[in-house]
Amino acid sequence: MELIVIDALWGWPPPVLDPAGPFSAKVTVLAWSLFALGILVTGVVIVALWVAIKGPGRWKAKLGGERAIWIGGIAFPGVVLTVLLVWGLTLTASLTEPIRGDEMRIRVTGEMWWFRVQYLDADGRVTMEDANEIHIPVGQPVVLELESADVIHSFWVPHLSGKKDMIPGRRTLLRIEADRAGEFGGVCAEYCGGQHALMGFVAVAHQPDKWREWMANRRRGLARMDSLQASAPGGAMALPGDGAAYPTELEIRERYDARAGYRLFMDSGCAACHRIAGSEANGLAGPDLTHVGSRRTLGAGILPNNRGTMIGWIGDSQSIKPGNRMPSYDVLSAQELGHIAAFLEAQK
Amino acid sequence: MRSETGFDPALYDRFPTARRPDGEVDELNEIWKAPTGWARLTAVNNNYVGFWYVVTAFGFFLAAGVLALGMRVQLAAPMQDFLGYETYNQFFTMHGTVMMFLFAVPMVEAIGIMLLPQMLAARDLPFPRLSAYAFWAYFVGGTMFFLSLFVGLAPDGGWFMYPPLTSIAFSPGINTDFWLLGIGFIEISAIAGAIEIIVGVMRTRAPGMTLDKMPMFAWAMLVFAVMIVVAFPSVILCTMLLEIERAFNWPFFDATRGGDPMLWQHLFWFFGHPEVYIIFIPAAGLMSMMVAAAAKTKLVGYRLNVLALVATGFISFGVWAHHMFTTDMPRVSAGYFSAASMAVSLPAGIQVFCWIATLASGRIKWTTPALFVVGSVLIFTVGGLTGVMVAMVPFDWQAHDTYFIVAHLHYVLMGGMVFPMFAAFYHWHGMTSSKALSERMGKWVFWLMFAGLHITFFPMHLTGLMGMPRRVYTYLPGRELDLLNLVSTVGAFVMATGVLVFLVDCARNFRFTVHDDAGNLYGGGTLEWLPTGLYSTRSIPLISSREPLWDRPEISREVEEGRYFLPNSATGFRETLITSPIRAEPQYVQLMPGPSPWPLSAAVFTAGFFLSATVQGYAFAVFCGIIAVVSTLRWLWDTDRPIKQQSADIGGGIEVPIAITGPKSHGWWALNVLMVVIGMIAFMAIFAYLYLYGINPEIWSAPPPIRQTALIVGMEAAALLSAWGGRRVLASKEGRLAEDLPWMLEATAAALLAGALYLDVTGWLDTGITPTMNGMAATVFMLLVLQGQVVIVAVIMAAYLAFREARGIMTTPTNVTMDIVARFIGFCALQGMVFTILPRVFPGG
Repeated sequence: MELIVIDALWGWPPPVLDPAGPFSAKVTVLAWSLFALGILVTGVVIVALWVAIKGPGRWKAKLGGERAIWIGGIAFPGVVLTVLLVWGLTLTASLTEPIRGDEMRIRVTGEMWWFRVQYLDADGRVTMEDANEIHIPVGQPVVLELESADVIHSFWVPHLSGKKDMIPGRRTLLRIEADRAGEFGGVCAEYCGGQHALMGFVAVAHQPDKWREWMANRRRGLARMDSLQASAPGGAMALPGDGAAYPTELEIRERYDARAGYRLFMDSGCAACHRIAGSEANGLAGPDLTHVGSRRTLGAGILPNNRGTMIGWIGDSQSIKPGNRMPSYDVLSAQELGHIAAFLEAQK
Repeated sequence: MRSETGFDPALYDRFPTARRPDGEVDELNEIWKAPTGWARLTAVNNNYVGFWYVVTAFGFFLAAGVLALGMRVQLAAPMQDFLGYETYNQFFTMHGTVMMFLFAVPMVEAIGIMLLPQMLAARDLPFPRLSAYAFWAYFVGGTMFFLSLFVGLAPDGGWFMYPPLTSIAFSPGINTDFWLLGIGFIEISAIAGAIEIIVGVMRTRAPGMTLDKMPMFAWAMLVFAVMIVVAFPSVILCTMLLEIERAFNWPFFDATRGGDPMLWQHLFWFFGHPEVYIIFIPAAGLMSMMVAAAAKTKLVGYRLNVLALVATGFISFGVWAHHMFTTDMPRVSAGYFSAASMAVSLPAGIQVFCWIATLASGRIKWTTPALFVVGSVLIFTVGGLTGVMVAMVPFDWQAHDTYFIVAHLHYVLMGGMVFPMFAAFYHWHGMTSSKALSERMGKWVFWLMFAGLHITFFPMHLTGLMGMPRRVYTYLPGRELDLLNLVSTVGAFVMATGVLVFLVDCARNFRFTVHDDAGNLYGGGTLEWLPTGLYSTRSIPLISSREPLWDRPEISREVEEGRYFLPNSATGFRETLITSPIRAEPQYVQLMPGPSPWPLSAAVFTAGFFLSATVQGYAFAVFCGIIAVVSTLRWLWDTDRPIKQQSADIGGGIEVPIAITGPKSHGWWALNVLMVVIGMIAFMAIFAYLYLYGINPEIWSAPPPIRQTALIVGMEAAALLSAWGGRRVLASKEGRLAEDLPWMLEATAAALLAGALYLDVTGWLDTGITPTMNGMAATVFMLLVLQGQVVIVAVIMAAYLAFREARGIMTTPTNVTMDIVARFIGFCALQGMVFTILPRVFPGG
């Protein structure tokens, strides 16, 4: 397993002020300058109010005429705003340099309420599909093709870049770049209905060699399905016993059977919405599960991904994220859910 | 001194006049008295309507505040289950919508209706029944709209209502329709109020109150009303478009059929950003007056302040797209909107320093309104500074749609509107309450609200920078957002406690009155502090300075003794003095309508119309619509009454005409303003047509043949001539009884327009397009729908005119009704020509 520096995804320091890439870094400098200016001007106004109300007579007299308005209300803000405007315009220009065209491309589609992620080759063909997680190499600009499948969403990874909307009928482009490895939280920033609050993702920046390794692993993962299908027993399966109240860790691991999970997955309707490359599951409505076992989160950035949360999500996703498009599979027993989770866990 | 109207300023030297005979005050009281008991609801005096209006708007402020408390409880800790996501989404949508549409705009309009007549020393605003209609429409419509929350039908698409989330595909319930129709309806009320205010400020000022002697609040309300007239048509149009898309499947915003969701954003924010200044400007006007009163000195920089208000109004129409910096705008547009958004902070800076300079040149007395005034300067400054920050495009990309914006906008709106409003409550309540509010409790109110505001909203700057998006019903634990959110929640309750103390104070001390009010508690120097009764001031003073009560204290006594203009009722009716727009020279006496149940009935049934349409009870909607129209016509019926008396002595032996017609009349002015409103709707619809062409030119199909176009335009031109001719014919009958020809010409014009519209619609249908087909067809037919609306009104007007003729009350050589009908039908013809020609020649076959 590769080693990556784990940043706090969210929290302190505020991601907007804790840049991990050249785009955010410039904005962070701007932000600090603006805050300093804000504090300064607030201070000036407080002092001016104090002088106006309680100050010595001579100062009051100076402040009590139209000249004060010309200086404080027109000249000073005029100069400051002009400086800011020039800075803002040049910065905007430098941050929106035209796309060169040879950058790596990833298409990210906002859907209610998750992100579909497709890695594209130079001809714009999808080479690999994933969800709610974006992996990029450090030090290399990546162009995101942002689209929407339904309503307006907005793509935002504050550590890396400002946000950009995902608008139905359009394709917006956002260039991001990380200058250090790490995991960075992302969210949908445009209100998109019921579960807008729980629509997140993770952007992972790897050192370039690690990134290539990661991508190669994804490709290799596609081969494993064959063995699973070949060994899957037809018809009803003998499931391991369900008796012990406090199973040992070993028992837990052995208790659930990925092959049984595979069968249940195909028979319970999961495959109607989900795709697993190399299997007969080719539903397109929901997230692609080909690599679900290697994802960091479940439910679009809201739960850590482990067997327990996977069981909980499949069995009761409507309690965790009410109104999302995946029904709660509460008709399945805990045992069956465990099998499916074991199967999905194996989809690296 | 130059004169604007030919009025000889030397006549002003006759004032104050000698003492007046006894009995005139009793007559005024008799004429202006409001009905009692249940009939009180039919009163139209601004003292009553304005007060009801303020109370209702404040009620909505409280209601939306309670929603905010609910949201803060939900967000006090991560992953809570207090409200649930559906309720929370309805709550935040309603909080924004109610605060903007049912509280802020109506509140400033209400304060205007309440204060303006007295500030200008008019007897009332020029269209009291329109005020009453605006109030009742708002009251009934707003209440019904709010009640949708209790049956779970409240809208949940955010106050900005972006499609396609709000389109039928993603919001199939009628929740969204409630928003669209509820708001559409309240917009009508806002526009009615704006027309009233424009004409009131321009034409009913006390003689001598030239433009540069107007109280700052009057200036602010003038800018406010003009902005409403220009901005609200845009939101009227976009609510219509979305409702039509939802109800009839016309794809204005549907990207799959050549519509574009961004069209909504342009139309909505073209209204939505000026809206913020629409709210702020009147409050700034109040601030300027209260700062002067608190410091007991004249406002420093009056002219700069006026300039700032006007500049704010102008610039605010150029900043709308700063809500869209993250939508991948072209760099040049982003730069322009960024520059404009920064520029708009300049006038704000001017105003802040005007206030500081005024405080410096006087000596502040720490009363409750003074505390609120100084507090709001501070709060507004902070909000303004974060506003400059988000005007910087790169910073906005980070801050946009996060809690940083929530903090920013609440600082701006609380500092720019809510705190000034509380200051104004304290400063002016002596006008309508017989007892004064408690100063001690008032200070508690201030400190609780001031502290609560910072505790609530300051941490939100941080939560925003930490990545917390807006409009989220919950957030995940482990992100260090917990404590900051809890602090915000505590702050919200501190602020609410302040409001609660205010309510307790009101319950204990506020007693509504129109006669024995507590008076000028804080020493204001403007005309609203003259002694008043229901008829406003006994006589309308002559003004020679901005603070007449400070400069000439004896004016109060002289006014009360009737030693100025209109010391009595010159005609035996309700009346006020109409003065010229710039120098306020007396022009004529306007007869004013008295109490009437018809505005109330029209409002109730207009509300009934919109609400039944929402729940798809179309038959009942039509029924309500008809009653609403009939009520409106009935209320208008006796506003243009023929009167024998031609002129009246308004005091000092000055004779002015009564109830004139033509371009000088207040009715003509109001119609012009209304035509600007309708014209703006047309303009925005044309924008929508051109915009969609710019986005999706490939869906454009060939227009109908040119020959048919010529025929339609010809008919519309004939209608224009016929409408104009009707008025000319009537004018040629001077002194004689009007005959049938004038109204028949107007009716012919209306019929021609209806015929032209029919040909226009069938012409387009013949080219094989239907409105549901694509964005082009939808916008083309939308133009025709808009034309259809004005044609229906034209037909009703022609019929109304015929009916008046039949009842023998068509006066010659002209009358206001004829003026208005002819002019409106002419306008319809012009609009029809534009709507016919534009889509047929652009982009052409």
